[in-house]
Amino acid sequence: MSADAVFKALADPTRRQLLDSLRAQNGRTLGELCQNADMTRQAVTKHLKILEAANLVATQKCGREKLHYLNPLPIHEIAERWIGNFERGRLRALSDLKQSLERSEK
Amino acid sequence: MTDKYVYVTYIRTTPEKIWDALTKPEFTRSYWFGITHESTWEAGAPWLMRFADGRVTDSGKVLEVDRPRRLVLAWRHELVPEMKAEGDSRAVFEIEPNGDTVKLTVTHTIENGPNFIKAVSGGWPQVLSSLKSLLETGMALQRQEACKTSDALARATS
Repeated sequence: MSADAVFKALADPTRRQLLDSLRAQNGRTLGELCQNADMTRQAVTKHLKILEAANLVATQKCGREKLHYLNPLPIHEIAERWIGNFERGRLRALSDLKQSLERSEK
Repeated sequence: MTDKYVYVTYIRTTPEKIWDALTKPEFTRSYWFGITHESTWEAGAPWLMRFADGRVTDSGKVLEVDRPRRLVLAWRHELVPEMKAEGDSRAVFEIEPNGDTVKLTVTHTIENGPNFIKAVSGGWPQVLSSLKSLLETGMALQRQEACKTSDALARATS
């Protein structure tokens, strides 16, 4: 999955709203998602397709219904790629500081 | 109330390598923050997850096995009493070739298990990102804080 697809999917407030409603209650049908959204069924379908293509929404068949689940992995990977590096840097800085303080105590 | 979480990741590797990564201790140890999975991986066989210090953190049974396509585990937590009391959850691993990548879907379901599913839902993204990194780059993700779940478990049991 390309990061471009993820950022593009997340850039739209309506799609973020769909993700929010899945976060509130995971595993919803198209019909249930339409009830909460202020737009046509066709519009919801189109937005869900973009979210699925970005792997932000996973679907599973349950009998005759298709249920939609929030998939947090693409966002986690973005966090790992950028924020994770900052965390590591901060930890290294702290450990360097500790070492230099402990050295100066001697 | 049934809680169900679905995680999907696409990994540039082969189904066999994902299978080995899920089932061989030498792999799980490197991307699952030191935890090993132990089982003979036959249907009906016991399964357990062990910290590097030897403590069993989770246990259960292999329910279905179809190498390298599908693995289903009955999965129960062992260390934190309120999570252990919630009983068995069900974890399904599905591996499907998808162009030049392989799609790995992890579905974790539990009936009436709010504590367990909360711990699990925080842990899976870290574990699966680390697995993807290991298979694609040969390096698992290093986390100074280790897996948040195992940290919380260590605190709860120390």
